[in-house]
Amino acid sequence: MASGTIPESTDNYLTHTRGWKSWAFTLDHKRIGVMYLVAIASSLFLGGMFALAVRIELFSPGRTMMDADSYNHMFTLHGAVMIFLFIIPSIPATFGNFILPVMLGAKDVAFPRLNLASFYLWVTGALFFVLTLSLNQLDTGWTLYVPYAITTKSSVLLAGLGAFVLGFSSIFTGINFIATVHTMRPPGMTWFKMPLFLWSLYATALIQVLATPVLGITVLMLAMEITLNLGIFDPKLGGDPILFQHFFWFYSHPAVYIMILPGMGIMSELIPTFSRKHIFGYRFIAYSSVAIALLGFFVWGHHMFVSGQSVLLGVIFSALTFSVSIPSAIKVFNWLATMYKGSIHLDAPMLYALSFILLFGIGGLTGLFLGALSTDVVVHDTYFVVAHFHYTMFGGTLVAFLGGLHYWWPKITGRMYNALHARIAAIMLFVGFNLTFFPQFILGTRGMPRRYYDYTADLAKHPEFQLLNVLSTLGAFLLATALFFMLHYLMRSLRKGRPAPANPWGSGSLEWQCSSPPPHDNFATPPTVDDPYDYHDLKYDPQLQGYTRDA
Amino acid sequence: MTAMLGLCNVLERPAVSLFGLQDGTFWLPPQRSTIAPAVDTLFYTLLGISAFFFLLILGLMTLFVIRYRYRPGVGPQSDVKHSTALEIFWTVIPLMIVTYIFYQGFVGYVRMRTVPDNAYEIEVVARQWKWIFQYENGLETNDLYVPADRPVRLIMRSDDVIHSLWIPDFRVKMDIVPGRETETWFEAPWQGETGRHALRCTEYCGTSHYNMLATVVVEQEADFDQWLIDALAKQQNKPPPERGEDLYNRYGCIQCHSIDGTMEVGGVAVEGPSFKGIWGETHEFSNASDTEVNREYIRESILDPSAKIRRGYPDKMTTYKGRLSDEQISEIIAFIKSLKD
Repeated sequence: MASGTIPESTDNYLTHTRGWKSWAFTLDHKRIGVMYLVAIASSLFLGGMFALAVRIELFSPGRTMMDADSYNHMFTLHGAVMIFLFIIPSIPATFGNFILPVMLGAKDVAFPRLNLASFYLWVTGALFFVLTLSLNQLDTGWTLYVPYAITTKSSVLLAGLGAFVLGFSSIFTGINFIATVHTMRPPGMTWFKMPLFLWSLYATALIQVLATPVLGITVLMLAMEITLNLGIFDPKLGGDPILFQHFFWFYSHPAVYIMILPGMGIMSELIPTFSRKHIFGYRFIAYSSVAIALLGFFVWGHHMFVSGQSVLLGVIFSALTFSVSIPSAIKVFNWLATMYKGSIHLDAPMLYALSFILLFGIGGLTGLFLGALSTDVVVHDTYFVVAHFHYTMFGGTLVAFLGGLHYWWPKITGRMYNALHARIAAIMLFVGFNLTFFPQFILGTRGMPRRYYDYTADLAKHPEFQLLNVLSTLGAFLLATALFFMLHYLMRSLRKGRPAPANPWGSGSLEWQCSSPPPHDNFATPPTVDDPYDYHDLKYDPQLQGYTRDA
Repeated sequence: MTAMLGLCNVLERPAVSLFGLQDGTFWLPPQRSTIAPAVDTLFYTLLGISAFFFLLILGLMTLFVIRYRYRPGVGPQSDVKHSTALEIFWTVIPLMIVTYIFYQGFVGYVRMRTVPDNAYEIEVVARQWKWIFQYENGLETNDLYVPADRPVRLIMRSDDVIHSLWIPDFRVKMDIVPGRETETWFEAPWQGETGRHALRCTEYCGTSHYNMLATVVVEQEADFDQWLIDALAKQQNKPPPERGEDLYNRYGCIQCHSIDGTMEVGGVAVEGPSFKGIWGETHEFSNASDTEVNREYIRESILDPSAKIRRGYPDKMTTYKGRLSDEQISEIIAFIKSLKD
């Protein structure tokens, strides 16, 4: 495509058809992606409110604003909403749906109807969660461990049904992405010319399709146990509670890679783009995604080192767990090498990318304490674990999600947000995050268990619990402020932001070759496929305030 | 390693003044069992490795961001897209490090899970939300009394849901799973005075999970043996109502029922009806006709709690069938009767 001739189309996917039906029954992957974005951002808001309730309660010893049962509901709802409604679908369902076909130069995903079905399944599953919420009863923790989940009189069945339906939504998305990547790559885009975001989505889809059915099976067995008293898990009927933990983590551990792999994929787009330099070690990053997806299936037992699982199993799972840390380390080093001798632009998406490397780095390194058997015994089920998985999931996935949001926002909405505001929010978020979660590492190693409503009894020997909890709560409010500020300037950009050029960041992948926002069919003519990480012939055009390719 | 410990000592002084730390280091509680030093050594090794790699990443990132920041007219200064040598380097080095960590964790774990033969055995019963420790002579306590300088083996079972026994000062943690026995062990060296250590439940087990606490009391072996005899005699010589009161405390009735007519125990809100003055009263039930509080009713409420749910209270109690003997139930009845006055 010649310089400066990127067509400025007035017709785009947002204006192509009108009326609520054109959204509700749309088969356009972009509109489905946008609907997911709205729905998932709402889940983030909901889960965040529960998180604040938890942090307010822990701000001071004794009762602060609720009783123990309400607190138990709050942390359960926080975990369940954040995991099932936010983190698992977040990046694949929003940016995956919106970007994957465009990155492939395709018109849509392979199965557009299945795509819409997956969205409505998600909505149905989410409604079950909201129903549980309005009954305000679920108090099992998101892990639903038996026999507590069987004996407690709360709405475990309803929540289970929700998770079951949500699981199918996840599977449908996975199938769709696998089929799309296999069949719809344009001529010239071989596997090793795909942007790495697609590799990561592909690896994620493999896990979604292979692991999620196990969640469905587990939830079904739990439902049968509760209604029919079969005796699979309930020790009173001859069942084994630890069997449930095996089933649960056989899904839920691979699920953490469903959460983090797409985030890593976003990093592999942001870092080369904002360093204006070819990604370093493309093949190793691509292989490491697949390695993580496969190895991730064999490490679930590391959640159970003190569960009563045999010593031998513990040893095997510990060894396998360390093997999965290597591909993650490889990625981090390759990202750093990409920045080396680059031309680094500190736009908001890059600030999120740098945050990701640091926070995910801490999350990964503290994972060593949990993978090693003897130290895991000390920190298992304490605030150390809470801090660790927030560093990986919030510091990893959510930060990557926000990085992706700021990166693709101009493409999705056709508007630029206020760059300064975005940078301020990114820094606030980074500071607030560390203030919230770093004190929790110390709380954990010094002796505070997770899921504790109160720490009054410990204050005599552990006065530090007070200050650490106060810091954490203050951090949570700073985080919330940053997120609300972000909501503000993003909403404002929709009305007042300047129109986005086709390629505001100087990226090399295909989605930046079509206009912002893309037309209904994405590309009028099939785009030319090049190395997605080649930034040589991209030149800044001050008139467009964006980048164009030199002929 | 020593450098890391040194760093921790440097951190300790400000940490003490900032947090008011009473004992232990900045990161960990004091070491009060024989396995604690080995576990802590690995912990600090990992802390050192983590700090090194974090600072390496942070340092390189900062350096690159400053040195290679965008300048108008200056593009990237390198075209290198991959280096197999580098990839192998940063695959093999971490692999060697994690192999070492795995091995150290493995050695420590096997030691933690291998109970010495001469261990003194105490049985542990966990139930919502109380610990019961049973000694060889039949004595039961809510706090754990152990002899110093002798391996102690805890043989643990649960009456209801999964619990987990954690003694931070001993670096000991093990889940207690209904339907099977689990065990753990420790040896607490004598510290020159009676040791008192927190014991907590670390597997979420419902409403008062946060309050399922106990104290581990470490005595010299001779004192422990004498205490064992005295405590049992004291428990047995009490009249039935007082024995009933012991059971009320020990078996966790206290977690839900007050004895002063209020809806809280020790400043914490509870959900069950108070025992005070109920003997001989006639109560209303949400699922049965009015009944007088007498022997049969109390017995039924202990063995089949859902049979009669007092109006205005939740159906939350689990059965004590098989957990309390007929004699013990009689003692609890005598205790409730004594609260009439």
